This record gives sequence, structure tokens and C-alpha cells, in this order.
Amino acid sequence: MTARTVEFSIYRFDPDRDEKPYMQSISIELDGTERKLLDALVKLKDKDDSLSFRRSCREGVCGSDAMNINGKNGLACLTDMKDLQSPVVLRPLPGLPVVRDLIVDMTQFFKQYHSIKPYLINNEHPPERERLQSPEDREELNGLYECILCACCSTSCPSFWWNPDKFVGPAGLLAAYRFIADTRDQATSERLDNLEDPYRLFRCHTIMNCVDVCPKGLNPTRAIGKIKDMMVRRAV
Amino acid sequence: MNRVVVGAHYGLKDWLGQRITAVVMAVYTLIFAVGALSMGELNYENWRGLFAGGFMRFATFLFFASLMYHAWVGVRDIYMDYIKPTGVRVVLHAVTLLALIGYLGWAAQVLWRL
Repeated sequence: MTARTVEFSIYRFDPDRDEKPYMQSISIELDGTERKLLDALVKLKDKDDSLSFRRSCREGVCGSDAMNINGKNGLACLTDMKDLQSPVVLRPLPGLPVVRDLIVDMTQFFKQYHSIKPYLINNEHPPERERLQSPEDREELNGLYECILCACCSTSCPSFWWNPDKFVGPAGLLAAYRFIADTRDQATSERLDNLEDPYRLFRCHTIMNCVDVCPKGLNPTRAIGKIKDMMVRRAV
Repeated sequence: MNRVVVGAHYGLKDWLGQRITAVVMAVYTLIFAVGALSMGELNYENWRGLFAGGFMRFATFLFFASLMYHAWVGVRDIYMDYIKPTGVRVVLHAVTLLALIGYLGWAAQVLWRL
């Protein structure tokens, strides 16, 4: 492990003190034990404790530390320091209102997530133990249920930037398909009705920024394609 | 009142239509390329001959019809992203739609005049 100095350029904005946002240049000495960007950020916060960012699990499960890293959205805790070009440019996720520094207001993002009713709808009497699925049916949920709602995908999507109040966004649509694909769910038709809208679903123009940035390696574009397929199957 | 309103319950037909018209245009481009390459010397008589047959006229008209529909959905998408006031949008929609219908009529007139 070799010590080295790493330059950072970090978006700073404190609405109580700053008129407008600015980029702060700051460098720190890393001793080589900081493998991930989050480790370096924690060290940076020791140096300047006014720096604000969200973090929790530090292992890519909670989705708190999503940010724009050298121009690409990602999780600080999953980004290797050795892969980053210096200076490391950190900005908040694009397209959402900034609360402070790297912290964004996720209200709009979660509003869209809730709009697709992200829970199982089944009006039958619940069985004694659990609702069973065949292994094949369960297989369909792989690549869907793993989403941690970090918002990297939706905030890299121009359609979401232009219409965050109307377009559900890749994260919400992935979750929507997770329940449409679930054989235990009985609201398929209502779910498709809810999405059949020029804004809610059809703002997606398949540019696949979402797939490019997903830190969990998921594919919202494929899920969106499957929703469209189901609508076609229903209509023709 | 400034509530967000969504739920127009359309979009599938346009999305599907844009894909189908894209295929039509791609196929026509191939047919046209073959026709144009086997036309011989590029002069008015040969050019006119290329569109003289009933099939080529029909295919060319279908191409223009596809192009107009494709362009309508695409241009409307751009308006949806960038033009926010409803009134302005209604006017732009009407102008665009009327222009595209006009172009299609014009294309038909040119084709059947040859």
C-alpha cells in the first residue's frame, strides 16, 4: 500500500450560507487503505467537516451514497479509488433539487416509485403459510427485485430530467414490471392501465443510460420493453 | 389549479406505429436503392420510369405516409419535452399535423402527376 495525494473537485452548496453553488478543490493524502471512494470521502469529511453526503451501509445495499462521479452516476461505496481519474469530480445526482452539497431531495423520485403501487396486490384469502410460486415463475423476478432505489438510473435519464413529475423513470418502471411479472399479483391489468400513458411509460426512448449506470447491474430498459410487449399482447 | 395531470391512456399505438413505420421506410429504402441502381443513366426519362409502375407508386406513397406518421410522433415527443404551456402546444400540434397532412397530399400529387 503506497501513500498518494488525490485531488478532488467537489460541488458545494449550503443554502443558508452560499448564494450559489461552487466547486471546491481539495486534496487529501490517502495511505492506500482507502479502497473505495466512500473511504476517501469519510477521510475528506475529517478534514472539512462541513462537507455533506449521505451514506449508511457502505457496501452497496442501502443506496444512500449515489452521486455523480467523474460525470457518471454511481455509488461511492462501490467505486474503486484506483479506477478514478484525478481530479475526482463529485457532483450531486443530476436533475433533483440539491439540499446541500452532495445531498439531493429525492421526493420526486419516490413519488414516482409509489405511483406504481410497489406492493403485491392479491385480494384472495391469504393462505396458511405463504403464496407459492414455481421456480420458473420466481426466475422472472431475478434482475428486478434487487433494485436498491439509489436513483442513479432515473437521474441519468434525460426523459426524467425533463418530466420528473410525469415520467415514472427507469427505477419506477423496473419496480412496476417486478409486480407485473409476479404471478402472485392480481392487478396486472390495472398496472398496465396505470402505465399506458404518453408520459408515464412512453417517455422512455430506449437510450439505455439507466443500464449504463446501474450499480447493481440491472436492466430497466429490458423491463420497460417487457411492459410494452405485454401492452401489445393485450391490445392486438 | 396546478396539479400534475397524467393518465391520457394512449401511447401504445404511437409507439408501435413508429416502429412499424420505421420498418416500412427501411424496406422501401432497399427497394428504392435497387431500383435507382438498376435505372441506368440518371436522366428525367429514367427517373420518371422508376416511378411509373403501380407498385412503385404505391410503395413510394406508403413510404411518405410512414414518414409523416413517424415524424408526427417524433415531433410531438419533442414538444412534450420542451414546450410546457398547453396553449402553445395545441397550436404547435395543429400546425405540425396540418403541415404533415399537406405534405402527404403534395407527395401523392407529385407521384400521380409523373
